[in-house]
Amino acid sequence: MKKTLLTFLLCAGTLSALAAPDPALVRQLAADDNTDKIEAIQKLALTADPEAARILQAMADESLFLAGEQVFLFDGELARDAISGAETEMPEDAESVTVNNRLRGELANALAALRLFDSDREVRLKAAGELQTNVSSGMAEILARARDQEQDSAIKPLLVLAHAQATLGDTDPAVRLAAVKALAAAASPAVRGLLLPLTDPTIEADATVRDAAVQAMKSIERTLAWGDTLAGIFSGLSLGSILLLAALGLAITYGVMGIINMAHGELLMVGAYTAYVMQSLFRSYLPDWIDWYLPAAIPVAFFTAAAVGVLMERTVIRWLYGRTLETLLATWGLSLVLIQSARVIFGAQNVEVSNPSWMSGGVELLPNLILPWNRVIIIGFALFVLFLVWVLMNKTRLGMFVRAVTQNRPMAGCVGVPTSRIDTMAFALGAGIAGLGGVALSQISNVGPDMGQGYIVDSFMVVVVGGVGQLAGAVWAALGLGIFSKLLEGWAGAVIAKIAILVAIIIFIQKRPQGIFALKGRFADQ
Amino acid sequence: MSATSSVLPLPATGRVPLTLRVFAALNRKAWIALGVFLALALIVVPVLNLAVPPDSIFHVSAYAITLIGKIMCYALVAVAMDLIWGYGGILSLGHGLFFALGGYAFGMYLMRQIGRDGSYQSDLPDFMVFLDWKELPWFWLGSDSFGWAAFLVMAVPAVVAFVFGYFAFRSRIKGVYFSIITQALTYAAMLLFFRNETGFGGNNGFTDFKRVLDVPITAPETRLVLFALTAIALAATLVFSAWLVKSKFGRVLTAIRDAESRVMFIGYNPLWYKLTIWVISAVLCGIAGALYVPQVGIINPSEMSPANSIEIAIWVAVGGRGTLIGPVIGAFAVNLAKSWFTVSFPEYWLFFLGLLFIVVTLLLPQGLVGLWKKIISKKQGAQA
Repeated sequence: MKKTLLTFLLCAGTLSALAAPDPALVRQLAADDNTDKIEAIQKLALTADPEAARILQAMADESLFLAGEQVFLFDGELARDAISGAETEMPEDAESVTVNNRLRGELANALAALRLFDSDREVRLKAAGELQTNVSSGMAEILARARDQEQDSAIKPLLVLAHAQATLGDTDPAVRLAAVKALAAAASPAVRGLLLPLTDPTIEADATVRDAAVQAMKSIERTLAWGDTLAGIFSGLSLGSILLLAALGLAITYGVMGIINMAHGELLMVGAYTAYVMQSLFRSYLPDWIDWYLPAAIPVAFFTAAAVGVLMERTVIRWLYGRTLETLLATWGLSLVLIQSARVIFGAQNVEVSNPSWMSGGVELLPNLILPWNRVIIIGFALFVLFLVWVLMNKTRLGMFVRAVTQNRPMAGCVGVPTSRIDTMAFALGAGIAGLGGVALSQISNVGPDMGQGYIVDSFMVVVVGGVGQLAGAVWAALGLGIFSKLLEGWAGAVIAKIAILVAIIIFIQKRPQGIFALKGRFADQ
Repeated sequence: MSATSSVLPLPATGRVPLTLRVFAALNRKAWIALGVFLALALIVVPVLNLAVPPDSIFHVSAYAITLIGKIMCYALVAVAMDLIWGYGGILSLGHGLFFALGGYAFGMYLMRQIGRDGSYQSDLPDFMVFLDWKELPWFWLGSDSFGWAAFLVMAVPAVVAFVFGYFAFRSRIKGVYFSIITQALTYAAMLLFFRNETGFGGNNGFTDFKRVLDVPITAPETRLVLFALTAIALAATLVFSAWLVKSKFGRVLTAIRDAESRVMFIGYNPLWYKLTIWVISAVLCGIAGALYVPQVGIINPSEMSPANSIEIAIWVAVGGRGTLIGPVIGAFAVNLAKSWFTVSFPEYWLFFLGLLFIVVTLLLPQGLVGLWKKIISKKQGAQA
């Protein structure tokens, strides 16, 4: 084995015609029959010769020509003899060797197989990654060789899989059995497709192989089912964290003032557009720091949205205290004005907000379960915001005042809490949190003038289920609704899930009109 | 309701024949106004449309007839909304759903009236052929009968409203809670109707109607009949509502609006009062929807969008809630402004509508009618 490697390295080092490819094989590449061509491709790949790689690459590029019995490489200007590599004149009647899709796949795999012997680990890893689909049995030998000499722990399992795929169709049942067992370890939908024919008695004659295949299928399906469930829970958590960011602010303003701010979704939009503006500013003035636009956008979005909130509170909502239904309509009017303003300022089209480079990519936990970094970070961000709000509400004087007004406004006023200033502060806080939610949302969904409209109903549902004025209620309700709706969505589709959730909430309110966590104390409306 | 209402014996003078009570629902001025309105809609407009040549300035165009017919449907919805919001104190943000349900129920009949004149020359509506369905789904059964369609127009909104209202009012959901849940209801229904599999034409809804009662639907005479029917429906609704809010039922309802707990402690069960007015309001919306669809020629799920439903509330608020003429004025004012704005300054319409929401709630809590009353009383105060 070491000897082969040595030969290979020598070849790579000298890049000469030292080990000129077998002329007969090269001629066979241009054969009439596809099967012959494939055989030649695989045999040439086996030689692990860079010269062969060059010829195969030329064939894949459709720059391999045949004239009589001589094969040429022709790149549009210069013609070379395929075997010697010497420059020559190509006859006029030379014809391009036709390559169909099947051959193209074969060539790609052969070229990848040749790169398996590269000295650069990254090149090998990439090649092994490419060799995971449509591996034909002719590749078995070269893959076995590559597998045996590979030392890297990341590449080796890939090669084991590739080799197992190549030997699935072997005539020897023992080899097939070994292949099935090797494949059982990899739980991916593609492997399931490969194993499926082997469970059919008309295709697979050997009973032990069939049993092994059935067993392998079962274990793969179990793993895949786990992956699906976990993926559902994860996207539920992700939705829940967005809902939480949207609902926290709403819960505070609803708790303190008893009004529903229908423009709350538009405050999310304000936050998202702030992220967009910050991105544009960084692009123009600080292009080297572009990855940091997002952390910079967080405080800016908080204060922008809070400022919009204060403006709304001072100019409109303040004058409608005690008239909750009218407030609903007035804030709806505010939301229309905000939407149209965004349209006038930024255009009706969605704007593009890109993830910073440190947020792209993801962690692959299972073959069908990839956790994208942006979602993981948003879940963490939501928890962080939740923590800050908890500290603010429970450990500061302002928080104490806000809780006091939530519980009993006249009494709080009597003992000296400046209720009207607390209203403004609470509204600003709620709006600012919505702005933070908007920054988070800009990373995973479209940023456009209408983006906030869809969230108001959902986040109000969170407040209804969670109970008024309770952070814990909002958290459990947001996560519960998020996970419940994502799991239902996977099971019954998005529309049915939405309707089922609505029905569930209406039934829930029958049982617990005060939400999961009711405030303790005596209440009588009016 | 019966258990609570029989607590007190009716006063001896209260047993007036129903016709007289209905007659007493409106004062003389109101009856005259209603008569003028009906004369305009049933005689003057048709004459101006059919008999006056198109180049005369007195000619009423087909466009104007459709527009006013459409706005009268909206006014009907606004009166229905006023019944529950203005008199019941319940703000529904889902009334577009009942309007659309009525429209869809009648639209089914109109779709069947197309017969084999669709693009696929099939007995089935075009969208079903497109979906490769072989027969009508069960809920389309009987949709070729006008009587059944007319029944569904009222029954479907009534049943939906009853079931939803029963559970909502029973658990005493009210105020903004109720408003948001009705909004969620219409939103969910919109998503449901957007699906092709639901069987109501998906995104495109119903359109390309050809006939109603075997009469071509686009003929000027058909339009005028629909226009007149809408006017009659609006007038009848106004009379009915005026009678309803002045009846004992209406008084209790207003009391519930103002102090629900007290009414409950006196011994009334608010559930049945609220539920009754809620279902009546839904049925009126359904009728309005059924009159709207043949005039406008299309019904699709966007009628159920939450934004549409909340606009109904602003018609009522602009006109003045708690009065019956207010919603009609509001529906006409806002919708005429809308047709003017969306043609002249389309980009400012949302600004205008948004500011309307804010200004009306802040400065005109009683709407235009309230403003008018204020001006009148000031004038009288100045004279005295």
